[in-house]
Amino acid sequence: MIHSPYVRKPASVRAVMGQVLLALLPGVAIYAWIVGAGILVNLAIATVVALAAEAFVLRLRKRPLAPALGDLSAVVTAWLVVLCFPLIVPWWVTTIGVLVAIVAVKHLYGGLGQNPFNPAMVAYCCIIIAYPSLMAQWPPAGELDFQTQLNLIMGGAREIDAVTGATALDAMRTGLRVGEANVAVILEQNAFGAIGGRGYEWIPLGYIIGGLFLLARGIITWHMPVAFISALAAISGALWLVNPDQFASPLFHLATGGAMLAAFFIITDPVSGATTPLGKIIFAAGIGILAYLIRSFGAFPEGIAFAVLLMNMCVPLIDLKTQPAVFGQKRSRVP
Amino acid sequence: MIRKLFKFHGGVHPEPHKSESATAAIRPAPMPSELVVPLRQSTRAAARCIVEVGQHVLKGQRIGEAEGKLGTAVHAPTSGEVIAIGDHPMAHPSGLTAPAVHIRPDGLDQWIDLTPFDYDANDRISMLANLRDAGIVGMGGAAFPSHIKLGTGIGIETLVINGAECEPWITCDDRLMRERGNAVIDGAAILAEVIGARRVLIGIEDNKPEAVESMRKAVAEARPALPMDVIAVPSLYPAGGEKQLIRVLTGIEIPHGKLGGEFGVQCFNTGTAHAVHRAVRFGEPLVSRIVTLTGNADTPGNYEVLVGTPIQHLLPLMGPRPDTDRFLLGGPMMGFALTDLSVPIVKGSNCIIAASPTLFPPPPAELPCIRCGECARACPAELQPFELYWFSRSRNFGKAQEYHLFDCIECGCCSYVCPSHIPLVDYYRFAKSEIWARERESAAADQARDRFEFRNYRQEREKTEKAAKLAAKAAETKAKLAETEGVDNKVQVADGSEDPKKALIAAALARAKQQKAAIKPANTDNLPPEAEAEIAEIEARRQKALGGSEPKPLGVLTTDNNGGEDKQS
Ligand code: SF4
Ligand code: SF4
Repeated sequence: MIHSPYVRKPASVRAVMGQVLLALLPGVAIYAWIVGAGILVNLAIATVVALAAEAFVLRLRKRPLAPALGDLSAVVTAWLVVLCFPLIVPWWVTTIGVLVAIVAVKHLYGGLGQNPFNPAMVAYCCIIIAYPSLMAQWPPAGELDFQTQLNLIMGGAREIDAVTGATALDAMRTGLRVGEANVAVILEQNAFGAIGGRGYEWIPLGYIIGGLFLLARGIITWHMPVAFISALAAISGALWLVNPDQFASPLFHLATGGAMLAAFFIITDPVSGATTPLGKIIFAAGIGILAYLIRSFGAFPEGIAFAVLLMNMCVPLIDLKTQPAVFGQKRSRVP
Repeated sequence: MIRKLFKFHGGVHPEPHKSESATAAIRPAPMPSELVVPLRQSTRAAARCIVEVGQHVLKGQRIGEAEGKLGTAVHAPTSGEVIAIGDHPMAHPSGLTAPAVHIRPDGLDQWIDLTPFDYDANDRISMLANLRDAGIVGMGGAAFPSHIKLGTGIGIETLVINGAECEPWITCDDRLMRERGNAVIDGAAILAEVIGARRVLIGIEDNKPEAVESMRKAVAEARPALPMDVIAVPSLYPAGGEKQLIRVLTGIEIPHGKLGGEFGVQCFNTGTAHAVHRAVRFGEPLVSRIVTLTGNADTPGNYEVLVGTPIQHLLPLMGPRPDTDRFLLGGPMMGFALTDLSVPIVKGSNCIIAASPTLFPPPPAELPCIRCGECARACPAELQPFELYWFSRSRNFGKAQEYHLFDCIECGCCSYVCPSHIPLVDYYRFAKSEIWARERESAAADQARDRFEFRNYRQEREKTEKAAKLAAKAAETKAKLAETEGVDNKVQVADGSEDPKKALIAAALARAKQQKAAIKPANTDNLPPEAEAEIAEIEARRQKALGGSEPKPLGVLTTDNNGGEDKQS
């Protein structure tokens, strides 16, 4: 028998995920427009692979296909994987990435809602360790025609120098590592635009628009984006103020890599993140700080993925320690 | 005057559906051919039957005497003949039965002699007794005895009158306030005087502007001795929850397990205020209430219904449409589907909704929890419903209690918003009843152990006594035979055994008593009525299982700490 409540808000996982996809569109559009339309091909590949993998695993697990395939969560995961990867990774890299995210991370832990780690970030970490060179090939924005992009994505021969450059983060890091240059000199390089990577620096704008949409729709709360951005800005700002020659500005850090994608779409993954209001702040701030430390002092140019996974591990503890007071338990509420 | 209102966390905005029945003026429901008046009007206490089969009773005649601290009297809702006394199914999700008096109306509807109660010529105690004997209980759903809530009459600063009526569809309080505002205000003034309040706040959701208007007018006309404010509160379910409304109006948050009285505020439903007015000014005991009949119906409306009217008798009044598949008692957020339509209307029954698959479609398939936190954002008790869900589901009840399972008021907001369509409240109900069952079990086990231990003591005692007697006898014999030092000693020991023996028994009894007192688990006090019914039911089952072994008052039912929370509708 069905019990109360007998009425329900017309909400569904499908609607939530659908809106996340919608919110990604501005970023995707700018990406396709400025950097390369090949991203759309990658998104298509990833979507197909994700749905196929989901269906395959569900069949193995003897679960009904329709609800899980319809909930769109696999598509969101797939899109996030693609948006973290370079534009011109071969199709099989995308495929492996998506398979890792869907099969290994999501389903081996029990399916939707069960994975302690962020699927897209695990995929990114695995692939960057397995194929570091492929993952380092970021084509300069808008310099490859669609045909070339397509060839590369389909596994065509790679004349690496001709087609790829380093990301802004990479260039900055290598430059600073070599030690002969300072931030200002490095920023003169071709890889850089006004604040971040040339061309790429516009994409975060799209993510911000999408993120604001998600905030307005109540799908994410302000805690994580604000805490993450503040923490990243604070730590990079502090070191930048101490030594602007050796440390890039906060703006640079916020505009490069996947910072904005992470702030609004990745760290806000509800399944693997902290859930309490204070917990969300701690979780997101932790990612911001760790990401900066890895970027600046670690072995990889982009540290967000590792930072997310590290903080994922802390989630149970964070949630446990930040349980909010329940109704009537806050002394301040009794005037 | 602009009053500062406070917010409570969470809440939801279900479709109000008030307009269906809100325009229909209150009409008397036709007399049924038989009334079934439960002697147990709430799960807290049952009245003692004082009529016999075949006896003729008048309307308002007492048929059940208030018994126990939480008891209130029960009256014949009309004049007629008592045709049966026996168990009858009650309006409860589990199909609980309760003793009831069946009355066949004689059609005269003839009152007993009614005498208004003169408070000026009497004291508080007799006022409270008067209310108890008039059968006045909370009419917002919980049916908690009002004379208990009126308490000691000291330390209450604010009296809150709850006219929020936040559950969708229900409009009985709305109509009552619109049509009988003066009576409600008078009842509120009486309550305020008895409780010694210094101000009265009347909270009404702002989706009922006519009720607000009518009540303001009534206040202006009554020109009460103490400040009375009619306040339109934002419509946000569950603003009519007692603790939520107190929070909104006064800013005070009453923690779980605590009573408003401790914080200087007490809350009564508008229906209760109206009943108090009738009881005091006219001497009329509580024998009827307003019930909203609405939903998938052609002629929804509000009816003045005699307590004890079988629900099936009321259904034709609203003209349920052909596709009606269930009837809900209460609102769609907290009510339940009736499994037996012969159950009677009781003092806490406020609404019957005809339900159809189109109006209340079955929830879509349940998906796993994605920890989106929607439920936590909606929870007025500020819990983490999804954590409770995990713990309840995995039967980790200890953890669930640590995460304040018993603070959950079962308002349904979490289930309402969950994008995975998880019936969260069902899981909490399950967990709560399992925990109660376990506590009952361990309480029963404790008792059995006590009994066992006491028997051991007794056997031990008898043994010692026997030995002592034997020893004494032997000593006597020996003493007779020869007088030596050693024998003297033995006698002393034998005599001395009397005292430790008594001490042992006393200790055993004291322990048993203590354990009995400790049975009441820390966080199951202040239970919602359904919960208590559930306990009562589990208790009954268990009694049966135990082969009717010694019945025992339920800790939670006898505690003074009972919330008396009027659940809002
Ligand atoms: S609303 Fe539902 S899916 Fe979201 S956290 Fe709560 S229980 Fe889980
Ligand atoms: S039913 Fe319980 S857990 Fe759910 S919202 Fe209401 S109080 Fe919170």
